[in-house]
Amino acid sequence: MQNNSWIPLFPDQASSFAWQVDALYFYIIAVCLFFGIGVVIAVFWFAMKYRETEKYASPEEIHGSNVLEITWTAIPFIIAMTIFVFGTYVFFTLYRMPADATEVYVVGKQWMWKFQHETGQREINELHIPVNTKIKLVMTTEDVIHDVFIPAFRTKADVVPGRYTYLWFEATKPGKYHLYCAEYCGLNHSGMGGWVYVMEQRDYDNWLAGNVSNQTPVEAGQDLFQNKLGCASCHQDTGSGRGPSLKGLFGKDQKLSNGQTIKVDESYIHESILNPQAQIAEGFQPIMPTFKGQVTEDQINQLVAYIKSLNPSAANSTGSNSTAKPNAPAANTATKPPATTNTNTNTTVKPAANTASNARGNK
Amino acid sequence: MMETVAVTRDTSKKPELHYLNNGYSVASWLLTKDHKRIAMLYLMSVSFFFMLGGIFAALIRLELMTPNSDLLEAGTYNRVFTAHGVIMVFLFLIPAIPATLGNFFVPLMIGAKDLAFPRINLLSWYLYMAGGLIAAYALMNGGVDTGWTFYVPYSTTFSNGWVLVTGLGAFVIGFSSILTGLNFIVTIHTMRAPGMTWFRLPLFIWSHYATSLIMILGTPVVAITILLLALERVAKIGIFDPAIGGDPILFQHLFWFYSHPAVYIMVLPSMGIISELIANFSRKRIFGYEFVAFSSIAIAVIGFLVWGHHLFVSGQSVYAALVFSILTLVVAIPSAVKTFNWTATLYKGSISYDTPMLYAFSFLGLFLIGGLTGLFLGTAGMDIHLSDTYFIIAHFHYVMVGSTVIGYLGGLHYWWSKMTGKQYSEFWGKISAMLVFVGFNLTFFPQFILGYLGMPRRYASYAEELQVLNIFSTAGAGVLAVGMIMPVIYLTMSLINGKDAGDNPWHLPGLEWRTSSPPPTENFYEPPVVTWEAYDFSEDNGLEPKKEVAKETV
Repeated sequence: MQNNSWIPLFPDQASSFAWQVDALYFYIIAVCLFFGIGVVIAVFWFAMKYRETEKYASPEEIHGSNVLEITWTAIPFIIAMTIFVFGTYVFFTLYRMPADATEVYVVGKQWMWKFQHETGQREINELHIPVNTKIKLVMTTEDVIHDVFIPAFRTKADVVPGRYTYLWFEATKPGKYHLYCAEYCGLNHSGMGGWVYVMEQRDYDNWLAGNVSNQTPVEAGQDLFQNKLGCASCHQDTGSGRGPSLKGLFGKDQKLSNGQTIKVDESYIHESILNPQAQIAEGFQPIMPTFKGQVTEDQINQLVAYIKSLNPSAANSTGSNSTAKPNAPAANTATKPPATTNTNTNTTVKPAANTASNARGNK
Repeated sequence: MMETVAVTRDTSKKPELHYLNNGYSVASWLLTKDHKRIAMLYLMSVSFFFMLGGIFAALIRLELMTPNSDLLEAGTYNRVFTAHGVIMVFLFLIPAIPATLGNFFVPLMIGAKDLAFPRINLLSWYLYMAGGLIAAYALMNGGVDTGWTFYVPYSTTFSNGWVLVTGLGAFVIGFSSILTGLNFIVTIHTMRAPGMTWFRLPLFIWSHYATSLIMILGTPVVAITILLLALERVAKIGIFDPAIGGDPILFQHLFWFYSHPAVYIMVLPSMGIISELIANFSRKRIFGYEFVAFSSIAIAVIGFLVWGHHLFVSGQSVYAALVFSILTLVVAIPSAVKTFNWTATLYKGSISYDTPMLYAFSFLGLFLIGGLTGLFLGTAGMDIHLSDTYFIIAHFHYVMVGSTVIGYLGGLHYWWSKMTGKQYSEFWGKISAMLVFVGFNLTFFPQFILGYLGMPRRYASYAEELQVLNIFSTAGAGVLAVGMIMPVIYLTMSLINGKDAGDNPWHLPGLEWRTSSPPPTENFYEPPVVTWEAYDFSEDNGLEPKKEVAKETV
């Protein structure tokens, strides 16, 4: 899937204007070689030819030449201006927004990208777009300055708090391309990114319809945890993140900030994803945002499966990894089965909330 | 021309007293008003901070050998590159050449006894040390992770309070820089020896004059910016933070209004050194003296009007971007003019390949790459892809290390005998100059390619397919480190067991070579009178006949 081959010398060219940027790049390289090689040859030639033959010699004095000075001021100036004109053309191509583009809303926050499509789909650290379609990102940030950077598209723009900035592109080649944050934004800056998936229209329509991949629940959960939802940026395995490490947590007793102790089971995880402020692990700040509306019940099940798999002994005692449905909440919400598509987010939230409060009430 | 000989002294007997043995007490150093001793204090201080910054550089390169952040975790890595940047920029690159070599040689090269304000000169060293120690303490003890650019709102709202302490350090150092610039301008205007007209000044002096202009005009702006940053953080005045009505882009404008010209504070003095080296080791007057001199002034002036090229992708107006783009391409022209004139100076010269000249050749190669790659970044349409990637890192290291550090090392070797009276090992000097050149290119050239491939800067972990080039870069850093450590060893050794270098080992005409090595506290035995043009290698330039000198030193 990855188009960035192992040849580490030139990036993929996957947007309608990438070739223009590359052409400008090669033009400036040509200018550099013209002057660079010229100067290097002259320096080498003179350095060889006029090396010292007599110690402390007094070579002939040459004061300078106005003709030469004017020549080597004017020629570089003219060439610099051609670069300017070419560069300005490319600059406007990249930064003048087309009127007929499909808009995607982007919110940056430490340290994840949140995308929302016009049709309602939300994504985190992933952006699915159709090929040969103009896309315009309407971007802002919840905290510090970030920067959307897609090297294969040759474009980027800062995302600035308190205002909207814009970026547009038209992908020309289906594939999976790096998405980076290019403006330093703190601790997990280098983890703030993911992938842009450029899809054929048919695949894109499928994706919109919610067809998912053939990953096992644990794999899907791991993908959500580490990439798509960015959970791992705070819940680091080392325990040094802003949230507790979840390694080996499942099935253990967890002390809470209110002094109580709770057994970590499926419903506790479910609640912590949708209503994180309810029960805070001891020693941590209540800073986790809710993922209500961003994850489906299916995805929560996958996350639970993954978190279980982080503690193999507990996973065995509570059931098989492939059993994705949470046990406890399932009993209470039997009348409203969790939704299975990721389009009707509103209806999935309700049973989830009920589930969480019921589960808490039972304890 | 006999009246000019008064400048030189009777070489048959060595004077008992020079600036180094004129008092050994601690107070005679710490309370000295002698520009040469203050320069030596600066030399030791900037060398210390350079090594400290170098250790952080080594940590960065070691971490980046592997794609994952394994050697340093992300939080530590962020603090390390911040420390590297702040220390290298504020504590080494900006003061390195003006405060050491400039301090030592500006008075000597214009025939003055000292700088115009010796006490202010000493004060500037104390300010530098105070600011430097505050900043270094905050960086290492508190851990500041904002990057040396301190962008808001990260620095005002989201990082720890040590940012302010670091800012205080930079604020104080700024005043040291302003005082040095002020001192140079007054000295160059008022203390030139009789006969030392403006167009007889060595180009080292012209470049320091241009540098001083930037120091006194630009540095107050960074002081203001730091002050506003502190007010924003402490009193929430609402100037930068959008949450309370401020504008984060305004900070970037203010920051780069100083910090871009600061690049010219770093590079111009180095260009001055290169002009000296190329003229003197080709034994020729510099080609197009006036053009080289005025190109320094042109760089200083136009350099104030290009800061917006750091903001091409930040959301500033596209029309502002175009103005900054065209001005940036224009500021490349005086640098090109300098390069062509240096090259032309070699023509029909009598070129020798001593260590300082190897550094000058090295400079030409590296500055060529550093300067030309600036064309990519000054071109707005090109910069969008390259901004905040390793292309930027490579470019500014070619300019700052490839030009400033190489020029500094070249100057240090060139004048070492004058500063200490001792001769360093020419053999090790040449080896280290070549190692630095090779190591430097191996470290930073791959980063241009990494940048175009899209590796963002300030990343503790990166995509796996980029590892090969990163390994090259780290290997190069190893070679570079060896090349940088060697001069520390052989220059120090020369103080212990180096041979006496003689007053004028290369038989050069500059005023600094017409006094003893090391010079006496008052610089010259009799007030010099200048009757020759700059870089006058003719037989009647007032020096002793070359044949006798050749016999004496060979």
